[in-house]
Amino acid sequence: MILSRLFHSLLRSDRWMSRVLRLAAAVTGGVSIVIFIFLLKESMPLLWRVGPEAFLQNTPWAPTSGTYGFLPMIVGTFWAMLGSVLIATPLGISAAIFTTYYAPRWLASIVRTVLWLLAGIPSVVYGFWGLVTLVPMINRVHAPGVSLLAGIAILTIMILPTIALMAESALETVPPSYVQAGRALGAGTWGIVRSVAIPAARSGLLAGVVLEMGRAIGETMAVIMVMGNTVQFPTSWFDSARTLTANIALEMAYATGDHQRALFVTGLALLGVIVLLIYGADRIEQSGVKEKTG
Amino acid sequence: MRVCRQKFTEALMTGVFYAAAFSILIVFAWIVGDIVRHGFDQINWEYLTTAPERAGRAGGIAPILVGTLLLMLVSLAASVPIGVASAVYLSVYAPPQDRFAHGVRRSLDVLSGVPSIVFGLFGYLVFCQALHMGWSILSGGLTLACMILPMLIRATEEGLRSVPGSYRTGSAALGISTGSALWRLILPAAMPGIRVGLILGIGRAMAETAAVMFTAGGSIRMPDGLMDPVRSLAYHIYILAIEIPGGQRRAYAASLVLVLLLLMITLASNVMMQRFVRKRIFVH
Repeated sequence: MILSRLFHSLLRSDRWMSRVLRLAAAVTGGVSIVIFIFLLKESMPLLWRVGPEAFLQNTPWAPTSGTYGFLPMIVGTFWAMLGSVLIATPLGISAAIFTTYYAPRWLASIVRTVLWLLAGIPSVVYGFWGLVTLVPMINRVHAPGVSLLAGIAILTIMILPTIALMAESALETVPPSYVQAGRALGAGTWGIVRSVAIPAARSGLLAGVVLEMGRAIGETMAVIMVMGNTVQFPTSWFDSARTLTANIALEMAYATGDHQRALFVTGLALLGVIVLLIYGADRIEQSGVKEKTG
Repeated sequence: MRVCRQKFTEALMTGVFYAAAFSILIVFAWIVGDIVRHGFDQINWEYLTTAPERAGRAGGIAPILVGTLLLMLVSLAASVPIGVASAVYLSVYAPPQDRFAHGVRRSLDVLSGVPSIVFGLFGYLVFCQALHMGWSILSGGLTLACMILPMLIRATEEGLRSVPGSYRTGSAALGISTGSALWRLILPAAMPGIRVGLILGIGRAMAETAAVMFTAGGSIRMPDGLMDPVRSLAYHIYILAIEIPGGQRRAYAASLVLVLLLLMITLASNVMMQRFVRKRIFVH
């Protein structure tokens, strides 16, 4: 305590150094604020004129003739996100349970490395692979192939490493004494996982799921390449659909005026959703920490 | 009876977990296998060193590789100094419980979750338009710099955390100025973390499409300077796969080049640092 106070008083004597570093921190901390301000500045003229409700009404997406219905894209984003999260979560958590409690050391390290490698594959490569491999397969079952289902499949593979690696680090925080106590009571590995490890790691797992939702909502390139991008309310898994991110990427190249502003509104909305999800994940994690220490 | 059922459940669940893990291995092998199978025989020295012909259906990817490399270098040159400085401030200088440092950390958490397409919009507004850089390597590189900043800072902080506290207190006790303690002792000891951050940042910047398509342009000419537009390798794959009829064969070749580069980068970071440290950087 005394040492650290001494250290800090010495640090304070290096005023100049400290100020430069503080400035650097202020700049990096300012980036996300600048992003928010610029998106807001570009969206404001349109938001002010037509009101936020213009984007949520069930009107067609025809920005050049003054109707800005986002609803089909919101629905498309939602289904793609929900589908992939519902598949990737049990699969990813199972993989984490496998590497933590079941696998022999060498196999666990292989699975872990593969998860890292999957996380490193770029989204265009996933999209391209989905387009040339999955889409024709789905097309054989039900035309046209480019579909919500293809999007869900690709997103599942893409967010799997996120949830698996986060679940693994959540499981690693479970105190070993809990597991030993479970063993002493004669529980099998699954018994321990179900009634000790998962409840103890619950908040970390939940936070992982929330962040994984953010990844799925924010993904752009892979989704564009396999979902067909028709602006419509999908009525089945085999229907083409467009996500909010795809809408920006597809139309930004030629949009002007209010059309372009509408795309910036989309960006702003996405940013808002991500901020909410990150805040939610943080709250969940904090509550878990409190539970464990208190 | 109950013991019997319990044994059955145990065996069943063991099977389930093995199946989950193996399905991941299979999907990985499937994807990489497909790309290697279709791309391998197209890749040779000529492919890497000549310009694309007929919009990329033939020829090589030389200007695209150069463009990707320059984008990466610009993004690192912009993000490393400021990222390392911020990390040092946050983990060495900031007093504990500091409101300002807390706010910066929160803001960086948000930044790390911003979708790449939103970075693209931001880069277009700020660098291409407000700062009049147009579609250029500089605009694209600076956009990427903002994107990799949180990762870099987290990695450097992890590196700094592994520096024994005795280094700091020891140098303080010897009356060494903080500046030279930082430069001579603390930063060198934090180097492994910084290096892993660099490698992860390079990987992220190289894999990116959505953030550079509206900021760096899509030109396949060899760039003459940093104000020229370029097409990144990832964007090239997208264009070949979607916009160029008959471009898919070449998209395999470009995918294989990009995947090989990224796999090497990931494996290098794997070798360089223990997994738990790297994981904290990745999933905070």
